Amino acid sequence: MNGSSILKRREASLALIIVMVMAAVGVRAPIFLAPATQLNVLIDTSILFMLVLGQTVVLLTRGIDLSVAANLALTGMIVGLVARAAPGLPIAAVIGLAIAVGLVLGLINGFLVAVVGIPPIVATLGTLAIYRGTIFILDGGAWLTQADMSKAFLHFPNATLLGLPHMVWLAIVVSIAMWVFLNFTRRGRMLYAVGGNPVAARYCGIDLARQQLLVYAISGMIAGLCGYLWVSRYGIAYVELASGYEMTVIAACVIGGVSFSGGIGTVPGALLGGLFLGIIANALPVIGVSPFWQMAISGFVILTAVIVNARTDKPASKIILSEAKRAAVGPR
Amino acid sequence: MSQFSSSPESGAVHAGAATRLRGLLLRWETALVLLLAAAIAVNSVISPYFLDIYNLSDATTNFSEQAIVALPMTLLILVGEIDLSVAAIIAVVSLAIGVCSDQGMAPYGLMLVGLAVGALCGAFNGALVAGLRLPSIVVTIGTMSLFRGIAQVALGDQAITNYAPEFQSFGQGYVVSWPPVPNSFALFLGLALVFGVVLHRTRYGRALYAIGNNAVAARFSGLNVARTRFVLFVMSGLLCGLASVLLTARIGSTRPNIATGWELSIVTMVVLGGVSFEGGKGTIPGVVLAIFILGTITWGLSLVNFAGIEISVVIGAILIVTIAAPLVLKRLARRFASGSS
Repeated sequence: MNGSSILKRREASLALIIVMVMAAVGVRAPIFLAPATQLNVLIDTSILFMLVLGQTVVLLTRGIDLSVAANLALTGMIVGLVARAAPGLPIAAVIGLAIAVGLVLGLINGFLVAVVGIPPIVATLGTLAIYRGTIFILDGGAWLTQADMSKAFLHFPNATLLGLPHMVWLAIVVSIAMWVFLNFTRRGRMLYAVGGNPVAARYCGIDLARQQLLVYAISGMIAGLCGYLWVSRYGIAYVELASGYEMTVIAACVIGGVSFSGGIGTVPGALLGGLFLGIIANALPVIGVSPFWQMAISGFVILTAVIVNARTDKPASKIILSEAKRAAVGPR
Repeated sequence: MSQFSSSPESGAVHAGAATRLRGLLLRWETALVLLLAAAIAVNSVISPYFLDIYNLSDATTNFSEQAIVALPMTLLILVGEIDLSVAAIIAVVSLAIGVCSDQGMAPYGLMLVGLAVGALCGAFNGALVAGLRLPSIVVTIGTMSLFRGIAQVALGDQAITNYAPEFQSFGQGYVVSWPPVPNSFALFLGLALVFGVVLHRTRYGRALYAIGNNAVAARFSGLNVARTRFVLFVMSGLLCGLASVLLTARIGSTRPNIATGWELSIVTMVVLGGVSFEGGKGTIPGVVLAIFILGTITWGLSLVNFAGIEISVVIGAILIVTIAAPLVLKRLARRFASGSS
């Protein structure tokens, strides 16, 4: 139980830091704390929230998905091209298509890692280049703009339901689904086992390859969904869309306490990591600091987070079998 | 980062004459030589301009700066570390050179500043990784943002462009005019030789393999693992400094987005060269061959008017196929062996 209380403390301190940053910004510019501004931060960070969760499940298995931003851009372009060719396509079909395309791209990563056995960083480095290049091959380097997109296509992410935009709802649904999956399903718990100790997990009969296929599929589906949201929200699709964004996603994971050595990371932690970067990005212009500071600050925060997180490293291994046996046999 | 893949070296345990011959044929470097020969052959068929000596010399300038950084990256990945901040260090160094150049510093002074700032950035990485025992992938993702961020804060949307012609000649000049060997390519060849000799012919090189194979055992055998890691990060920073001097001089400008994405192309060079992320495996000749292969393919495709982004698709595919091929072959061989016995 000790391990999880440390994790909770880490999340609590990150939440505290976020509140302090918000308070500090609020003192300088009270408008930042207005509900409308806060909602804007939430909308702005929705895509990051979802991508961070996709990356988290991959990191849990000691993997990494460097191709998320390229997947997002390629899926966004494909969905945009299809929607241009068939403007009457219902929005549900568009979203379904985005998730399906993202899934296929994710499964390609999963196949390379789980079946072929290529190290994840190499496999997704390769597909990163291939996915991004495919965008160029698809459209010859041309841009899709708002003029190429139907009203319904552009309208969906920002349309509201019960006062919240669809985009925020999607982030909420994905977060809850991921939280339930990681905490309350066998398959979700297996991911922690695989990342925490792959050898022990294998001896327990957990099929590593299937877990890997699953996480890259999840990461791909989320990237695909975000591809549609990104393209429709900003009304643009081009080769360099979201270029380098994979590093922002990974940075948010690091800040949120998701470990690269696998088996450590929670949904609330990952979301807080994303929220932190979202708040920094939105707060700087409000207090009149040049947005050029954003990258330096996030670098500083990543380093601080990794130094702090290193103090609370892996929970110690537990021998639970002998305890279980003793419990079964009863006290002697 | 990855798991459960056994190194080909383990096959060398039961060595005989026949297996040794097979070992040579199965060596990564042999495959790379064949790949390079194929790339050159294809290129000279598809473009009559490929074998032109001036064209070839021009081609080397496109990869030499990255290739210089690939050498210390090889050693880092060999010992199980990685430096993702290399491109960001190049940006910070370029900023430092630019500021000093605006103050009127002489060209050789600028070069020294570049090397010093690069080494300092590397020492910062090294202190965090070796001193505080933090994972290098996370540390250098952080310093990647930090260093690039510093360049962005200082430069904003401005650029520094008024470099003296004497400084620009560092990046644009030739060591000898016939055959035309650019400065950057000559430096790369010289450094590759030094790195190759140190890695494959010295105690220090053996120590790097020992650390890469098992850092804990290496430490108990009396190797100073932390100091070695620190030195490698400083070396990486130092050569990023050199690469930045050459790049800044060649293009004659400093922008905050200079060398964006280079970390990935440099890692690609090293990985294609047969250096494994599990550590303890890889050679300098392998990486040099991979650099030539990538350079040849990039140059050949651009001669037949492929766009840069299309070339990156080809390179991504080559990376995946070359890493996948031996894994798949090994699995097929194992299935065949177990099926016949």
